[in-house]
Amino acid sequence: MSQAITHDEHDEHHPRGLTRWLFTTNHKEIGVLYMLFGLTMFMVGGLLAMLIRAELFEPGLQFLKPQIYNQLITLHGLVMVFAALMPVTTGLANYLIPMMIGAPDMALPRLNNWGFWLLPPAAVLLVLPFGLELLGIGNGPIDTGWTIYAPLSVQSGLGVDFAILAVLLLGASSLLSSINVIVTVLNMRAPGMTLMKMPIFVWSWLMTAFLLIAVFPVLVGGVGMLLGDRHFGTHFFNAAGGGDPVLWQHLFWFFGHPEVYILLLPTAGVMPHILATFARKPMYGYRGQVYSYWAIGVLSVIVWAHHMFTSGMPVGAQLYFMYSTMLISVPVAVLFFCWIATLWRGAMTFETPMLFALGYIVLFGIGGLTGLVLADAVADQQYHNSYFLVAHFHYALFGGPIMGVIAAAYFYLPKITGRMYSERLGRWHFWLTMIGFNITFMAQFFVGIAGMPRRIPDYALQFADLNMVSSLGAFVLGAAQLLFVYNVIMTWRGVGRKATGQVWDGARGLEFTLPSPPPLHSFTEQPVIR
Amino acid sequence: MQPDMTPPTVATRATANRRLAWLLVLVMAGFFGFGFALVPLYNTFCQLTGLNGKTGDADSAPLSADTNRWVTVAFTSTVMPGLPWRFQPEQRRLRVHPGIPSSVTYLVQNRSDRTLNGQAIMSVSPEAAARHFKKIQCFCYSRQTLRPGEKRQLLLTFFMLPDLPDDVRTVTLSYALFPIDGHTS
Repeated sequence: MSQAITHDEHDEHHPRGLTRWLFTTNHKEIGVLYMLFGLTMFMVGGLLAMLIRAELFEPGLQFLKPQIYNQLITLHGLVMVFAALMPVTTGLANYLIPMMIGAPDMALPRLNNWGFWLLPPAAVLLVLPFGLELLGIGNGPIDTGWTIYAPLSVQSGLGVDFAILAVLLLGASSLLSSINVIVTVLNMRAPGMTLMKMPIFVWSWLMTAFLLIAVFPVLVGGVGMLLGDRHFGTHFFNAAGGGDPVLWQHLFWFFGHPEVYILLLPTAGVMPHILATFARKPMYGYRGQVYSYWAIGVLSVIVWAHHMFTSGMPVGAQLYFMYSTMLISVPVAVLFFCWIATLWRGAMTFETPMLFALGYIVLFGIGGLTGLVLADAVADQQYHNSYFLVAHFHYALFGGPIMGVIAAAYFYLPKITGRMYSERLGRWHFWLTMIGFNITFMAQFFVGIAGMPRRIPDYALQFADLNMVSSLGAFVLGAAQLLFVYNVIMTWRGVGRKATGQVWDGARGLEFTLPSPPPLHSFTEQPVIR
Repeated sequence: MQPDMTPPTVATRATANRRLAWLLVLVMAGFFGFGFALVPLYNTFCQLTGLNGKTGDADSAPLSADTNRWVTVAFTSTVMPGLPWRFQPEQRRLRVHPGIPSSVTYLVQNRSDRTLNGQAIMSVSPEAAARHFKKIQCFCYSRQTLRPGEKRQLLLTFFMLPDLPDDVRTVTLSYALFPIDGHTS
């Protein structure tokens, strides 16, 4: 593919300063805003995690009251899922999709801007009650766990209302982005780019957007019902009025399970790009991976009650949800095989993005396999809400999506900033992250099997040693992320050497035909795919 | 090089984009409605499959009975916080034949100095037995208003259906008394 023709005519008229960032409708700028917001919230969520692990360092209550502890774990979950991970994957979508499909921008650029600017107020709504509480004002943020179960969520303090409003804003943002992605991908591909010729990252985000459109409205309805029960005399979740707290669980998890695939699919789509680049081979199994995305998407919507095995479900239902949940491992395994086959007999080099991509395969693999243990309805009677579960979903969510967005960040940082990052710092970041992460969470599998429940600020003495180990690992993991932030900042400031358009030796794709950084308007002549 | 953007192409694409965007908003609204529709949908699904642990009502005794079989029915009571009432069954346990109606009385007393309203919610364990449990007369789900100190006897008349699964030998009825103000649901 020849170098795309670009020019900088429009940049002279482009606003500068605060106005530029407040009102931009440019997909690259909005993508950067999303990613910077996500990175900042990742630090906030990480700080909350450090406080949690500090309290759990030893048995007994060290410095946190139980109610504050509950608020911390709830905010940690909500921030990491909604304010960190989702914005970063959305940022990658906005930045990359138009370039990858040869479109001038997203289909609905102003909607794109609104979608982003809903996020900072939402983050404030979530976290502000915590700050106020520290100053002695109010009873603090939501403390129900990120799953917001009734009846506690119906009875708990004002923090829940703040969180409900935050969720509504976050949902609105995600839904606007999803509409934008779907319209862009379906309507604005360059001539000759059929759906089955699209880069696979675009496919993964298309599936993600379909899932979001289907399930986030159900959560919106659910929190609406919660608001009604709290303030308007309804009794959706109140047994006294003929309702049922378990209804909340069904509504939440109908959203909540597809949500984890919404978190996963974008990075699953980035992986083949990165692996193929550093193995210097075309990706293996494009079709297989696309069909897997469909299978995962469809299955993800019909397995939600495997989060509810201990809620009084009849045996027949438990069997159904167990079998259907185990079935999802098949298309996910197909993805794994395609990734490994992409590497097979490749000419590999191990730059930082490749390191994180390989780490993804290992850690998410552990996450997925331990998910099979939990999917067993009989075993889950013991492991549900134990630390085994906590370790499983951290291996799945950090080991997969977080490692994936970090890999993507390193992979595309030279393209976005025009400069190479520090490879040495990147390597340190990777190894400290791998070591810190595994120490933190491998220990938690064992305390979980030994019987330690989750969401407790204090624990029985027999769990003390492994908790101390886990906390030490967490401190290493947390500190390691500072290296990443430093690396990103220094790269942005232009410390490293200039990046070429292609950036990486094995890189292919329309985005790598553009200069680094790409001009504001990527293509003035629409590329044609042959 | 001038980009090839003649007005008709731009307009058509913009219209197509807008149309698809509104269609997606419609889909979203549909799923939002689906979330609310789940409330009655779950009820219907559970009634059809009997998976909800809900019992049923009956006007009169069934035609058949199984006098060869004994089933133990146990009764429990719980008073929810906020209702200073005494609430207990007169009998903790009853042995019945499936198909033959029996009655049991629950005693309730308002121990406070204000007139209060309460409502009893019933559930049956094991869940598999619920579908085979029929109530001829039950005080559940109806509002009880008691003056200060007032006592009342609440009657439950029920029978087990003869097709109760063979491995069910004990059925437990659990009543939870909740405070309510105003209307019943």
